Amino acid sequence: MTDVAVIGFAQARSERHSPATTNGVEMLVPIFGEVFAATGLTKDDIGFWCSGSSDYLAGRAFSFVSAVDAIGAFPPVMESHVEMDGAWALYEAWLKIKTGEAEIALAYGFGKSSAGHLRRVLALQLDPYLVAPLWPDSVSIAALQARLGIEAGLWSESDMAEVAARSRVSAITNPSALVAGQTSVGHLLDQPYVADPLRAHDCAPVTDGAAVVILAAGERAWELCPRPAWITGFEHRIDSASLGARDLTTAPSAAAAGAAAGAGRAQVAELHAPFTHQELILRRALGLGADVRVSPSGGALCGNPMFAAGLARIGSAATEIITGRAGVALGHATSGPALQQNLVCVLAAEIGERQ
Amino acid sequence: MTGKQRAAVLGTGQTHHRSKRTDVSMAGLCREAVDRALADAGMTAGQIDAVVVGKAPDLFEGVMMPELYLADALGAVGKPLLRVHTAGSVGGATGIVAASLIQAGVHRRVLAVAFEKQSESNAMWALSITPPFAMPVLAGAGGYFAPHIRSYIRRSGAPAQIGAMVAAKDRRNGARNPFAHLRQADMTVAKVLASPMLWDPVRYDETCPSSDGACAVVLGDQAAADAAGRPVAWIRATSMRTEPTMFSGKDHVNPRAGADAAAALWHAAGITSPVDQIDAAEIYVPFSWFEPMWLENLGFAEPGRGWRMTEAGETEITGALPVNPSGGVLSSNPIGASGLLRFAESAMQVMGKAGEHQVAGARTALGHAYGGGSQYFSMWVVADTPD
Amino acid sequence: MSQPQPASAPLHAPLEISFDYTRSLGPTLSEFVTALAGRRILGAKASDGRVHAPPFEYDPVTGAPPAELVEVGPDGVVVSWTWTDRPMAGQPLGRPFGWALIRLDGADSALLHAVDAGSAEHMRTGMRVRPRWAAERSGSGITDIACFEPERPGETAADPTEPAQPAQPTEPVTMITTPVRLSYDHTVSPGESSYLLALAQGRLIGQRCPACGKVYLPPRGACPVDGVPTQDEVELPDTGIVTTFCIVNVPFQGQRVPTPYVAASVLIDGADIAFQHLILGCPPEDVRMGMRVRAAWRPREEWATGAHNIDHFEPTGEPDAPYDSFARHL
Repeated sequence: MTDVAVIGFAQARSERHSPATTNGVEMLVPIFGEVFAATGLTKDDIGFWCSGSSDYLAGRAFSFVSAVDAIGAFPPVMESHVEMDGAWALYEAWLKIKTGEAEIALAYGFGKSSAGHLRRVLALQLDPYLVAPLWPDSVSIAALQARLGIEAGLWSESDMAEVAARSRVSAITNPSALVAGQTSVGHLLDQPYVADPLRAHDCAPVTDGAAVVILAAGERAWELCPRPAWITGFEHRIDSASLGARDLTTAPSAAAAGAAAGAGRAQVAELHAPFTHQELILRRALGLGADVRVSPSGGALCGNPMFAAGLARIGSAATEIITGRAGVALGHATSGPALQQNLVCVLAAEIGERQ
Repeated sequence: MTGKQRAAVLGTGQTHHRSKRTDVSMAGLCREAVDRALADAGMTAGQIDAVVVGKAPDLFEGVMMPELYLADALGAVGKPLLRVHTAGSVGGATGIVAASLIQAGVHRRVLAVAFEKQSESNAMWALSITPPFAMPVLAGAGGYFAPHIRSYIRRSGAPAQIGAMVAAKDRRNGARNPFAHLRQADMTVAKVLASPMLWDPVRYDETCPSSDGACAVVLGDQAAADAAGRPVAWIRATSMRTEPTMFSGKDHVNPRAGADAAAALWHAAGITSPVDQIDAAEIYVPFSWFEPMWLENLGFAEPGRGWRMTEAGETEITGALPVNPSGGVLSSNPIGASGLLRFAESAMQVMGKAGEHQVAGARTALGHAYGGGSQYFSMWVVADTPD
Repeated sequence: MSQPQPASAPLHAPLEISFDYTRSLGPTLSEFVTALAGRRILGAKASDGRVHAPPFEYDPVTGAPPAELVEVGPDGVVVSWTWTDRPMAGQPLGRPFGWALIRLDGADSALLHAVDAGSAEHMRTGMRVRPRWAAERSGSGITDIACFEPERPGETAADPTEPAQPAQPTEPVTMITTPVRLSYDHTVSPGESSYLLALAQGRLIGQRCPACGKVYLPPRGACPVDGVPTQDEVELPDTGIVTTFCIVNVPFQGQRVPTPYVAASVLIDGADIAFQHLILGCPPEDVRMGMRVRAAWRPREEWATGAHNIDHFEPTGEPDAPYDSFARHL
């Protein structure tokens, strides 16, 4: 089948309170311009568009409909939308190229997480009969997961703080990050709990933002990018929604997707871990060794625009290839409570480096 | 291996659509359709490689991304699961994404599921949330589309009773469909014309009902189709197009996105004269007048002449181009599932499984859906042979 | 209606969404919820022998509905927990409390609920808890358990002070109601913000697309055809034509005009796109495609940054615009 590569990526600056609308248009127009300028493409070159966003983030039905204004979608475009992170929109775009229906495809994701009370809104992702009526917020759900791992001896609060500290240092060189800076594990552990055993540094900040990734097929990729990031594995899986029936200290869906996508070859991994302990779960599930650089962008802990952050991880991983910093890179996205759903995209500089 | 892989519909299933399916949960509603589709395909859930879920706005059921909670019921645990949402066209888009998974050579057997449980809330409420600074003027989807229907009547010079003819036909067709929400075998043009005028020029009996319902389709590749040992519907072509809701120059009567999608569809399917080469069409007609409008938009008739096909009875189940032999959206409208129902019903026609609403000798059929402000279009052509 | 805000930041205002969702339960969840109303907790036995409490609707292994539901608990043990200092709307307790995954006695899976432990110091993994039943809301579902509370030392499930069974047999519960109330901050685009601020001064301001030259009223975030922000402001008159319309006979939520009334697409003179508004001031049956109309403004003292400043449009009495002059806007 057709080889497909990431040849362009742009992301909006992560913001705590963006003045943009929940349509995403104001965040998308500049980054479309940026990615087109970098690749020399125009909207007319895009054979397929796909977006990821959420009505509940915006607080109204059909909130994604106006986002196509940012495209300038006339003459009409071949386009689709997933009610998921933009990483899954990228997956649909990848499919469209593999079917031969498009040569160049663009995926975008956007989210104005600050429009509502995010951790409360996310309670509506839980079982609508037995769990959501209690309104357990997303931070508390993550805290239950974190404690299970701590008490099983799989990680410690100190390990979690180390993830946060490393991420913040990495984010210093990322102009899109919302949180960055030098800190120490000791200082972080002196902070109070927000949801025992989670402290503020363990939780991704509420973030507004958007991201865009462009894919191209075979020869077109070489024409558009001197060092395309070839997709050698693209897999996703989902776990049970029953929080009390599955082992929350593992992410079988991430492990299965990673194994199928060839995660073990990655030299660098951009992980979509909205909580520090979830990075630790993911590193185990994906089989990432100590030599693998994790989230050099700072990751979701330094900026987590809902419905765009997973796509941005893949874009950041691709950038590692495109800039020559890595030969094989992994981008990961998650969705749902407690790492329920996971996607892994393995990218390589060498087209022949298939698993 | 290179190039697009063949894909076929191996089985379809749907619920009994009702205004309130209070006998089931959302999972139960979906499973009713899924279990029927798997049985129709002669398959078990364990044989499915991936699941694609489609649904209209999450606010309808008050569940954010309900596919997360449905993963267990749909047999998706440990598998890939995608959630599509392209407004009212979502059911069609769900079928197309499922087909892409096979055509791209990624999977061999895929389950597409679409549903809406409108009785959990009130669609008119969810669609009429007025954001700050704005003023509610229109009354739901009927208020949005009725002015464009008036434009169509003015532009085409269509006689006033065309809409009633469509409604009477689709309700009578619905009576042949055991799953339809509205089954009105005795519906007549006179009865439709006598029903209350809601959004003049649209009457009560010219509008779709509000339904709970689900639809499921099992798709497979060549090997899975060969192994099925039963009739399948081969997907000859799929097409999707989008344009903005409102823009200067938008043709609300004959939107270019629909016309472009149709032209691309016919081209990809090798169809040069749709009206001659399509044996049955399941077209998304939520308000009766959209039948002649979409006949023109799809290229079955010249602009301004679609109503003549309706008037001449050509869209009756016995006509030259039977449109919505299942009763269509006018007889059942579980919003998120309505598009996949059109796609499934088109497949049932070419598989010869449409029972009392079977179009005699149907070998090639169209499934069509649209959504938003006539801006999202998805469609496919299925046939009883692969090429 | 919100007050004008500084022009530098786009206007924003609260958006509240609120609905009481009615959820039909289906057979398995109905049995579970009915039992809760009778102060009993049921689990589902899976094909692998594990007992899931709360019950699954479809077996995680076979996909089949559970063969039988079995009574579990009601007491159990905390397998993980966290602490909430500031409870949020809708949560089980209004004072600080713990969330816990609780494995009920006889079950293999855990149930998520609140624990009223007073302070985080009283929470620990392995602690025994028992349900505190809601005083009144029988049949409401999982909230029939108000919360769990720490078991006092030596206490067992068979505490004689609390009857395990209600006095009366319970009617089957087939539906639950779940209120969903969410608050958002809704922001408009910079272009729409300018439009609304001008509207508050009784003026109509459109914006021209720098690429195609079309005038958008109200302005959008970007020209939908070209994907670029519109910026050049164009002052427009408050007159125009009806391009098309419908006569609304259906009442709906938020409606403020008695039916029948006319909802129309109004194309303002000099604009290149119509918007929706009301046509009053003449019988609905007299409204025509192409009819000339003028804005009927509300009294100046009622003006705000909202579309309501124009109460409706009404006929000017001028001759109708010829069909060909607006046919391309239909």
